[in-house]
Formats: sequence, structure tokens, C-alpha cells
Amino acid sequence: MSMSLVGRRARDWFPALLVLVAFVGVWEGIVKGAHVQRFLLPAPTAIWTSFTASQGQLWHEGWYTFQEALGGFAIGSGAGILLAVVVARWTLLGNGLMPYAIAANAVPIIAFAPITNTWFNPLTKTAHMMIAAVICFFPVFVNVVRGLRSVKPAQIELMRSYAVGELAVFRLVRVPTALPFLFTALRVASVLAMIGAIVSEYYGGSLDTLGANILQDASLFQFEKAWAEIVIACVLGIGFFLGVVVVERLATRWQPRLEIVGA
Amino acid sequence: MSVVTLSRVTKEFKGGTVALEDIDLEIEQGEFISLIGPSGCGKSTLLRIIGDLIEPSRGSIAVNGKPARQARRDHDYGIVFQDAVLYDWRTVSKNIALPLELAGWSRDRRRERIEQMLELVELQGFADHHPWQLSGGMQQRVAIARALSFDPALLLMDEPFGALDEMTRERLNAELLRIWEASKSTVVFVTHSIAEAVFLSTRVVVMSPRPGRISRTIPIDLSQPRGVETREDPRFFELATEVREALHLGGGHDAPLAATGLSEGAA
Repeated sequence: MSMSLVGRRARDWFPALLVLVAFVGVWEGIVKGAHVQRFLLPAPTAIWTSFTASQGQLWHEGWYTFQEALGGFAIGSGAGILLAVVVARWTLLGNGLMPYAIAANAVPIIAFAPITNTWFNPLTKTAHMMIAAVICFFPVFVNVVRGLRSVKPAQIELMRSYAVGELAVFRLVRVPTALPFLFTALRVASVLAMIGAIVSEYYGGSLDTLGANILQDASLFQFEKAWAEIVIACVLGIGFFLGVVVVERLATRWQPRLEIVGA
Repeated sequence: MSVVTLSRVTKEFKGGTVALEDIDLEIEQGEFISLIGPSGCGKSTLLRIIGDLIEPSRGSIAVNGKPARQARRDHDYGIVFQDAVLYDWRTVSKNIALPLELAGWSRDRRRERIEQMLELVELQGFADHHPWQLSGGMQQRVAIARALSFDPALLLMDEPFGALDEMTRERLNAELLRIWEASKSTVVFVTHSIAEAVFLSTRVVVMSPRPGRISRTIPIDLSQPRGVETREDPRFFELATEVREALHLGGGHDAPLAATGLSEGAA
């Protein structure tokens, strides 16, 4: 049975793999065939050569930036969840805050990056973590509030028939109801955290970071290395996202699975 | 001993709508009572007042000889709604065990009781299924098992089979009677199906709307146990006719129909 499962998995993934191979092949062909300038687009093989040449440094930068993203994700999401719990509990406070939270959710927070870099020393991880945290905060906050509030009235009524307190209702009904909402937000937040960390590094970061290096390599005509760094950022970003998806699957195993990864 | 005693219960909602007016009703141990009436007659409100989920404006309610609030705290009743109201993140057995968990039953006692309950509602083999994997009728059986799991003296049911198709409904009606006999509980059952009320009940309480009142109480003297043949008994039709006439006299939604010749949609 496990063999057929592996076989099926392979068959499911085969088309996607084929597209990837074709994409890289066409890329290589176009760059080579049309003599595309390397500052416009280097060939995949050239990026690969650059990648293998400075692998140690690249992974070091990637890990550094990933730590900022992860820290920001944890701080921002944690704060979002906490405030959401408070707001869902005290309706009046929620009614006062929600419009601004929803509005703030639409603000391009990345625009604040140059400012936060003056608040915190941009050579530390903290400055970039803060941008990632602020970006993660709003979608998590707004979604968790929505989740905690989307409990079905009859489910609360049934709990009242058991004469249990509000804390039990919270634990037994509100939290499980909010979990799918939370994870939808966390998936978005994981992507935003990487973007926030890297872009804020463009505005000044130590040369340990991906963002500062991409900026520097591009201005020094080291395009292959800049591209290799971009690839690292992509790999880490996708890995982060998939990590959240795996935790989601474990935490909400009871949900019917009608969706594909990332849907 | 009477399980439920209502005296002069009145419920006025904000804005002055009188949902219930001067309801007096005594329900004895082991009875199966149906509350029937057109929409807006306050039958669901009355059920919730018995369960202390809604407070009456005036009047007194005793359940098991105590105030309704105390009865609710003591888990003296189980309730089943029109929707099964299962918690999606819990398996069938964990849904049934929920009231037991809240009442502090030990794991072993819970496991034993879950098995008995699954057997009672004939869902053995579905213990580890999740609610979305079950049909509507099966979900409602889980809800009934959950309501009965802690052996309440009283079972409150608010149109529990209203959302199901006719065939499933008739099958569950028969099953409910079997469960009622096995558990020896007292049932208060809200419905707007005349056939269902007559088939199930020992007494049918007919209500009329605006304000909600009890217009007639009809004892159902069909022999027990009841089954498919009961529905073909001439006495069944007599009683159904009696309930129907009581509904019309009480100003149910069919009354203006007879008076004005308007289509049923006008109600």
C-alpha cells in the first residue's frame, strides 16, 4: 500500500516537476540563444556556478535574514493573537479598534522601513524584526478576531445548557473555531515576514543579511550572486510557508481536506 | 412526581411582543409531550424557558422540583436542537463525551458510557468519525446520544428532525420512541408536524400564536409500543384530525386561509 502511495504521490508531482524543468530549460535557452545581457538576466547555469562558489556565505546570509523573519513572525503573530483575544472578549473595545486595524491592514507598512531603521540600530536584527512583526500583526489580528467571533450561536447555547463558564466556552468552542482562521493568517504572515525582513534590509542592514547583499551585489555588477541570493530567499520563503502548512495540518486534522496546499 | 411545572409563565420581548402569555403546564415523569403550533406561537421559546436558556418575564418554572436555573446547573436536562450542533473538531465519541467531561466523569466511565450510547443510537463503528463524514440523520442521532449520555431526567427537543427528509424522519421517530422507552426519560418535543406529534406523544399540547397560549391539550391513547402499523391505525387518523382542528380553532396559519380563501403563502 505504501508503495502505491509513493507511486501516486510521484504521479501527482510529476507534472509540476516537468514544468519546472521546462521553465529552467527555456530560460537557459533564451539567455544563451538571444545573448541576453547578464545584468538583465543571467543564465540558470551561471547562477548555479555562483551559488556553488559562495555557498557558505549565502546560507549564512539566508539564515541571518530568516532569523529576523522568524522572530518578527513570532512577535507580530503573538501580539496579533493576544490583542484579538482581548478584543473578542470586550466587544466595546473591539468596536473601537477594529476599523483602525482593518484600515492599518491596508497600509503599505513597508513604507515605514526607513523610519524604524532610525528607531533601532539597522545593523542589528531587531530593526528588521520589527518591520516583519508589524507586517505580520494586522492580518493575524483581524483574522483571529473574525475567527473568535464566527462561533455558531447554537454552539454557545448548548454550552449554556451545560452551565459552563465563559472560560470553558472560550477553550472548547471559540479557540477551535478560530484555528482555521488563524492558520490562514499565519500562512500569509510567513510570506510577509520574509518580504518585510528583506525589504527593510534594503534600507540599511549589516552585510550578514540577504537584503543588503542583494543590493550591494547588484550595484557591483555581481548579478549572478545577487540572483543566487534571490534564489536562497525564495527557498527559505517557500520552506517557511510549507512549515506553517504542516503545523496547520497537524493542528486542524479534523477539517475535511478539499483544498490543495496553499489554496 | 412532576418533572416540569410551569405556572403563569409569560414572556414579553423587548419592543412589546408577547411571545407567551399565562402558560400553565404540568409534565409528569415518563411523559412524552409535544408542543405543536404555527410559527410564532412561542413553542421554541417555551422550551428554552424550561431549559433556563431564556428568562421568562413573569411566572415560575420548576424542573425536578427545583428552580430552572438550579436544574440547569445540576445537568437535569439534555437538549437537542434542529441542527445537530456537533463540534466539528471533535469525533463522534468525543462529541458524545463532552457533557461527561464537563461533569468530571473519569476516562474509564466515559468510555463505557460512550459505547452504550453508540449502541443505543446504532452508530457502533462510527466512534472515530468526524461530524462532516456523517449524514444529517446520523448527526442528529449523535446529538441525541450526547443529550442522553449523562442520564438526564428530562430531554428537551427543538424540532430535531425538522431538517430531515420524510423517510429519515419516520425512521428516527421510531428510533426515538425506542430510546425513550429504554431510557425512561421524560421528553418535551417541539414540532410543527401533526403526524410526528401524534405518533410520538403521550400528550400533545396545541399552541396558538400572538400571544402564545396553550389552546388545547390532547391525550394520545395509542397503544405502546408504536410502530409502522400505528400510522395506519384509524385511531391515529382520528387523533391527527383532532390536533388539526385544534390548530385551526386556535388561529393557526390555516385559520385565515379558511376565512379569507387566501393561499397558504399569505400566512
